[in-house]
Amino acid sequence: MKLNSKIPGGPIEKKWDDHRFHLKLINPANKRKYTVVVVGTGLAGASAAASLAELGYNVITLCYHESPRRAHSIAAQGGINAPKNYTNDGDSVYRLFYDTVKGGDYRAREANVYRLAQVSGSIIDQCVAQGVPFAREYGGLLDNRSFGGAQVSRTFYARGQTGQQLLLGAYSAMVRQMDAGKVKLFARREMLDLVVVDGKARGVVCRNLVNGSIESYVGDAVILATGGYGNVFYLSTNAMMCNGSATWRAHKKGALFGNPCFTQIHPTCIPVSSGHQSKLTLMSESLRNDGRIWVPKAKDDKRQATDIPESDRDYYLERLYPSFGNLVPRDVASRRAKEMCDKGLGVGPTKLAVYLDFADTIKRNGKEYIEEKYGNLFDMYQQITGENAYVSPMRIYPAVHYTMGGLWVDYNLESTIPGMFVLGEANFSDHGANRLGASALMQGLADGYFIIPYTIGDYLASNKFTPVDTSHAAFQDAEKGLSAMTKKLMGINGKRTVDDFHKALGKVMWDDVGMARDAKSLKNAIKEIPRIREEFWKDVRIPGSDGNFNQELEKAHRVADFLELGELMARDALHRKESCGGHFRQEYQTADGEALRDDKKFSYVAAWEFKGVDKTPALHKEPLKFEYVKPAQRSYK
Amino acid sequence: MSSSMKITLKVWRQAEKNARGRLMTYSVPDVSPDMSFLEMLDMVNNTLVRKGEDAIAFDHDCREGICGTCSLYINGRAHGPLKGVATCQLHMRSFSDGDTIVVEPWRASPFPVIKDLVVDRSSFDRIMQAGGYVSVRTGGVPDANAIPIPKAVADEAFDAAACIGCGACVAACKNSSAMLFVSAKVSQLALLPQGNAERRQRAERMVAQMDAEGFGSCSNTYACEAECPKEISVSNIARLNREFIRAKVL
Amino acid sequence: MSQTTSLVKSSIGQKLLMALTGLFLCTFLLEHLIGNLLLFINDGGVIYDAYGEFLSGNIVIRTVEIGLFLGFLAHIAYGTTLWLRNKRKRPTPYEQNNPSANSTLASRIAFVSGSIVFIFLVIHLKTFFTPLRFDATHPSAYRLVTDAFQSPWYVGFYLFALFLLGYHLRHGFQSAFQTLGWLQSRYKKLIMFFGFIFWFIIPLGYAIIPIYFLWSHMTGGY
Repeated sequence: MKLNSKIPGGPIEKKWDDHRFHLKLINPANKRKYTVVVVGTGLAGASAAASLAELGYNVITLCYHESPRRAHSIAAQGGINAPKNYTNDGDSVYRLFYDTVKGGDYRAREANVYRLAQVSGSIIDQCVAQGVPFAREYGGLLDNRSFGGAQVSRTFYARGQTGQQLLLGAYSAMVRQMDAGKVKLFARREMLDLVVVDGKARGVVCRNLVNGSIESYVGDAVILATGGYGNVFYLSTNAMMCNGSATWRAHKKGALFGNPCFTQIHPTCIPVSSGHQSKLTLMSESLRNDGRIWVPKAKDDKRQATDIPESDRDYYLERLYPSFGNLVPRDVASRRAKEMCDKGLGVGPTKLAVYLDFADTIKRNGKEYIEEKYGNLFDMYQQITGENAYVSPMRIYPAVHYTMGGLWVDYNLESTIPGMFVLGEANFSDHGANRLGASALMQGLADGYFIIPYTIGDYLASNKFTPVDTSHAAFQDAEKGLSAMTKKLMGINGKRTVDDFHKALGKVMWDDVGMARDAKSLKNAIKEIPRIREEFWKDVRIPGSDGNFNQELEKAHRVADFLELGELMARDALHRKESCGGHFRQEYQTADGEALRDDKKFSYVAAWEFKGVDKTPALHKEPLKFEYVKPAQRSYK
Repeated sequence: MSSSMKITLKVWRQAEKNARGRLMTYSVPDVSPDMSFLEMLDMVNNTLVRKGEDAIAFDHDCREGICGTCSLYINGRAHGPLKGVATCQLHMRSFSDGDTIVVEPWRASPFPVIKDLVVDRSSFDRIMQAGGYVSVRTGGVPDANAIPIPKAVADEAFDAAACIGCGACVAACKNSSAMLFVSAKVSQLALLPQGNAERRQRAERMVAQMDAEGFGSCSNTYACEAECPKEISVSNIARLNREFIRAKVL
Repeated sequence: MSQTTSLVKSSIGQKLLMALTGLFLCTFLLEHLIGNLLLFINDGGVIYDAYGEFLSGNIVIRTVEIGLFLGFLAHIAYGTTLWLRNKRKRPTPYEQNNPSANSTLASRIAFVSGSIVFIFLVIHLKTFFTPLRFDATHPSAYRLVTDAFQSPWYVGFYLFALFLLGYHLRHGFQSAFQTLGWLQSRYKKLIMFFGFIFWFIIPLGYAIIPIYFLWSHMTGGY
């Protein structure tokens, strides 16, 4: 299979405009003859559904939540980037583009990233017009802050709840179209198969989570905006229901999976407290602007943090990176914390944590300063740990946060299955090997509001569609397949719960495919995961029936897919014999312990083709060309 | 600190919408005070499944207090005993060894039970459809800084916009009124210039939909404000009343 | 449907009617108390009786009386309808409920306190209003008052009802302004101040009357 990324020619700043001009259009009166199925209602899905419906397409939208507003985009805290240069500090589209390519450690497509930077300003305009209450200055204009190590202030924010406000904005645009009858919402439906007719994606098969019935939805094109797969690690900052099933099952139907091993580990999360922990909670990395990270110099220092004198503390980030200090990128901060804990210098009851200390800032600027900037985070920390971080330092540890990998898409966001488009975190496209702060919201909304409305029109205009309904053999087969899989799961009637298997998988993923991997650990994972998978299919126990609301069954479908996806992640990580961004191979590092890329051999997107469970997947490569931002060793010293 | 506690749980079990429900008692040993309330339920569920019983169904997702999915009525209060905290952020250290905890679903006729502790809140989406938006198309909007909005106004709009749509206001209200939920959205958009053009229809249509869904009327007990995990103020209800009366009378 | 009809049919419209009629009845409370303070003029009731005659003979007052009657009727009818309808919104009650953690008793039992005040009102009208208006041979108004307040039981019930009236208004007065949309921080203090007059001072003023006459009766002399 030859991957065609369809990147237009010409200078980078003209590519998108030229491309848009050449995309075919559909007569306004004819748009209503087309139906698009949108799966997922987060930032990407809701904005796409609303924008397509406004254009006149009929939109069917599906979500596994009870309401579109519950999608996990809602939990994003920090903000959204746009190079508006409102702060006059030298920002530009080109600088955002440059920062994003560099931050992604030169594993993203230049053309996609440039387009993202180009449309990001319109996103802010759009959200403000919807009534999103962004933070403002006293003069009434929008406020910006610097975020995630950027050297310009380009981040727009709504307190610590930017994701919530943006999602509710996109949701409001979508419910407006529901009101107009152009969007039909089917909630509590989980997509569990993609239907391909005559080589084109024509619909999806779902399980109705309330009554268990298998339902099909037909359209002329399908959009997956189903988020990331970080929950393959069991513990992550993702919501409990986040999963990779929609993308994984599309992958099994022929869509290639791009860079599955690129996972972002976020440095400032609340550490695990016990084996009962169900998820990890992220605290905005803006905390690193005012907090200092340290560990005791001596192993097993039993003293309270506040009793350890300065001379016995190691502010290791400040020591190792004098110019960036505590503000190094996420991947670097995370890895260093893990190293400290691996050396036995970790703190707290589990020894898997480092201190994030605000004492100096409190001494300098007063408690009120911290309260105003981070009050809600300190409250949340107290809520979860029962500790007062104004008095003693916070304990933090890295946690899985975002997956840069996802289904491979071309410049039009179309997967290798014609007519199936993938948006937001679900695709692999814009962040390379590491995502910068405040750019996930940007990408989700760019895809939904400003890219898919053009590119899907071209697809629909360029193709002929034979009328299809749910009685078509392809739909019937998919329904039967899903029904059989569900019956099989219900029939195992073993002894272990779904959570048991998920935890077992998560442990292998974290230990062997986590923040730092090597050939040995990855080979171990490739051996272990199929073993767990086999046990799962022999010994899982799902109570109740498949004919009604059954959360254990929902989880079982998701974990069944994670048990296959996890193996692919390990294979991808094993084959990529270099370190880059969130992918850190112990064998490939500089003398200072930084990620060591191999641009000669690995400057490509790894796109994997499914060949069957227990079969080795096929690797396809999309070479990456860097014409504008020349790859260099990242340095934050 | 992490000494283990023993808890007696009384949980509402109801097989489906039209089935009869009742409280079932479960004895839960080995509860760690560091567990969240939902992690305690996870533990109970894993035990039940291993014993061959059906797991307790409950809605939850982000477990960070922002998605609004979790919805438990704990010991007679929406989201349990703490102020300004959603169920998912409630931890077992808020209870004591030997406690009996009663867990029920939200109860209101527009929130029918789906199973056990899970209810159907789609009525909230239908209310939002009836005008909980500003009619702008994608593209074709002015520059974000074209309309200055005083910081105090933007902050007040944000306070209202912080609503997570969990329905605790309805669950806590003796009349099952949704006024706090509706007023939060109406207020946000009434305060901002962007919402001004449609403020009249918005107030009228959203209230009409709220009534049609079968929510009760507000009798100003302010239980909603007291139980709201985001501490949305009842001054928003006053503003909704004003907006509505203005739309109808002026 | 006209705007007015749809207003009256909406939940907020009905609350608005409750608020407006309630506040209207509050103005009556004030006026009635001021009139009744004439009882304390130490003239054996001459001026008070003249006031009573004036009220029942004046055509303006008679007209206002009809409005007052309709106001009571609307407040009671709408209050009852809303109460009944709101009760139906939660067909399955909570097994365990702890409303005192989130709201005041006064706000939750407004219907009960109002109902008892209504019973009081009927008895009150029967004692004073019916004889004065419909019985040609009625004794003087002052005499009716002094006679009625000789019974400690009657006075006790009276005081209980006034206590509930205060309790009803403690919730009702500010609640009416909330319904009108005026209970915002700018006016809140002022509304709460007037609220205090209506839920505390006025019922207290009314309560002094039966206490004074019972005490006078028991100590032998007016």
